[in-house]
Amino acid sequence: MHHRSSTTESAPVRWLLIGLALLALSLFLLLPLLAVFVEALRRGTDVFCAALVSPSALSAVRLTLTAAAVSVPLNTVFGLAAAWAVTKHQFRGRALLLSLIDLPFAVSPVIAGLVWVLLFGAKGWFGPWLADHDIRIIFELPGIILATVFVTFPFVARELIPLMEAQGNDQELAAVTLGASGWQMFRRITLPNIKWGLLYGVLLCNARAMGEFGAVSVVSGHIRGKTNTLPLHIEVLYNEYQFSAAFACATLLGLLALLTLGLKSAVEQFTHQRASGRI
Amino acid sequence: MKILSYFPSAVILALLLTACGKRSTPGSTLLNVSYDPTREFYADVNAAFAKQWQSSHGRALSIEQSHGGSGKQARAVIDGLEADVVTLALAGDIDEIARQTKLLPGDWQSRLPDHSAPYTSTIVLVVRKGNPKGIKDWGDLVKEGVKVITPNPKTSGGARWNYLAAWAWASKQFGGDQAQILAYMTRLFKNVPVLGTGARDSTSTFAQQGNGDVLLAWENEAYLIGREFPGLSEIIYPSLSILAEPPVAVVDANAAKHGSSEAARAYLEFLYTDEGQTLAAKHFYRPRKPEIAALAASRLPELQMVTVDADFGGWVKAQATHFNDGGSFDQVIKP
Repeated sequence: MHHRSSTTESAPVRWLLIGLALLALSLFLLLPLLAVFVEALRRGTDVFCAALVSPSALSAVRLTLTAAAVSVPLNTVFGLAAAWAVTKHQFRGRALLLSLIDLPFAVSPVIAGLVWVLLFGAKGWFGPWLADHDIRIIFELPGIILATVFVTFPFVARELIPLMEAQGNDQELAAVTLGASGWQMFRRITLPNIKWGLLYGVLLCNARAMGEFGAVSVVSGHIRGKTNTLPLHIEVLYNEYQFSAAFACATLLGLLALLTLGLKSAVEQFTHQRASGRI
Repeated sequence: MKILSYFPSAVILALLLTACGKRSTPGSTLLNVSYDPTREFYADVNAAFAKQWQSSHGRALSIEQSHGGSGKQARAVIDGLEADVVTLALAGDIDEIARQTKLLPGDWQSRLPDHSAPYTSTIVLVVRKGNPKGIKDWGDLVKEGVKVITPNPKTSGGARWNYLAAWAWASKQFGGDQAQILAYMTRLFKNVPVLGTGARDSTSTFAQQGNGDVLLAWENEAYLIGREFPGLSEIIYPSLSILAEPPVAVVDANAAKHGSSEAARAYLEFLYTDEGQTLAAKHFYRPRKPEIAALAASRLPELQMVTVDADFGGWVKAQATHFNDGGSFDQVIKP
C-alpha cells in the first residue's frame, strides 16, 4: 500500500490555488498596510514625528485609550456573564439572548451611533431630562464610550460561548458536589478553563474599540482636540490635505493591529502547546 | 485572577468619567461649529481673536472647532452639540436650528450687518491644467464625455449653491422655460459620476484621486486646490454665478449657559473688523468692507451674480422648491 496524499488534487492545481491565495492575501492585506507606512514616511521623519506629537493627535490618542480602557473591561464582564448564562444554563429566551448578543454585529455602525442620539440627544427621549440636570452624554466622552461599548459588545461573549459549550459543565458540577461555593467554582474551575479564550476575546474587543469609526463619528461632534478619537482625527487630517500626517496617525492604528495580531498568535500558540501537551 | 481584580476599578472609572462631563471655567472656551471649507480660515481667525481677547480682557480664551457638511453640523447642534457660535454655509441651516430648538431666535439674521454674512463667496468651475475639455461656461458641462464632480445637495451646503448657480444660468439661457431648465439640469447630473457628501469630499475626489474633468466648487476651495496641488488645475469663472452668503450666529442659549455670550458676540463682530476681513480675503473669501475688497479685487474678479433672495425667493422657498423630497433635484436625478 503506497502513501496516500491527504488531498486528491494534482500538484499544479495545488500550487495554483496556493498562489492565488497568496496573491489575494498580499493584494488585499499586505499592500494596503505597506501603503500606510510608505505614505506616512513620504515627507520624512520630521513630518511623521510632528504629526504624532501635535496636541490634537495626543488628545485623540488619549481619548481613544480612555474609551478602550472603559469599554473593554465592561465588555469583558458582560461577555463573561452572558457566556456563562447561555452555556451553563437552560432557560426560556436563551435563543433570544443569543441573537441579542449578536445584534451589534448585525446592525450598521451608523445605526449603532444614531440610537444613542435618539435616546440621549437634545431632541431624544431622555434629552430634556438630561439637559435639566446638566448631564451631557452625546458629543462628549460618555457618548463615545456608549457607542464603543455597543459596537464591541459581542467580541468576548462570541469567543467564549463555543468554548464553554464544548467544555460542558461536568467539572463545575463536580466542584459544587464537593462543596465549592459559586465563587470558588468560578475562580478555580471555570476561569482557568477559559482564560486563553477570554484573553483572545479581550484582544479582539480592544482592537475594535480603538479602531471603531462609524458609530463614534455619529456621537462625537468632531471637536478638534476634544472629542476626536484617533480614527476621526485621521479623517480630519486627510480632509485638510495633510496626507502624510493622516497616514502617520494611521500607522499608530496599524501598529496596534499588528501588536494585537502578534499577541493573538502568541496566545494561540500557547493554547495549542498546552492542548497537545495534555494528550 | 488578575483580570478580575481590575473590574471594580474599571467600573468606578467608568462611572466617574460618565459623571463628570467636562466643565471648564465659564467663559474661557468657545465652540465654533462650522462647515467644511472654512478650516484654514478659522484656524487663523481663532489665533488672531484669542490674542486680541487676551490683551483686551486679560484672560485666555481657547476656541474649539468642529467641521463637517453644513447640514450635518446643523443637525448636530439640534441634537445637542453645544456650539456657542455657528458659522455655516447657508442661512437655511441656521434657520433650521432656530425652527427646531429654542437655542436662538428666528430673527437671528438681522442681528449682525449684511444679513449676518461677514464674507461672501461664489461658485466657480475648476478644470484640469490647460483646460483639455475646453470648458468655458455652464453650457459646456453637459457636453458628451465631460465628467462633473459636485457633492450631493441633500447633504452639502456647497452643493446646493452649485445647483442653484447652474439653475440660474440655465434659467437665463432658456428665458425661464421650466422644461428646458430641467432638461439641462438632468443632462448636467447625468455627467456626474459620483455625488460626494460634502465639499471637501468632492475636492478630494477631483484633486487627490484625479476623477472628473470639472469640479463645481466654492471659490475659496478652488484657490485652496491651487495652493495644495500646484499645477493640477485652473479656475474658470463662468458668465454667471451666485452670490453665496455664508452666515454666522451666536447660539444664545448655549453661550449663556457657558457664560460666554460676550466672547461669542465679540468673536463674530471680529469677523467684520479690518483684521477679520483681511483674513477672509487671505483665504479667498470676498470681504464685505469695500476698501479691503478692493485690495483683493485682482485675485477675486468682478462677476455677474444672482442672489438667493432676489432670484430664488429666499432659502426657505429655494429649499422647498429644489431640495426637499419631491423637489426639482429629485426629478433631475430620477433614473
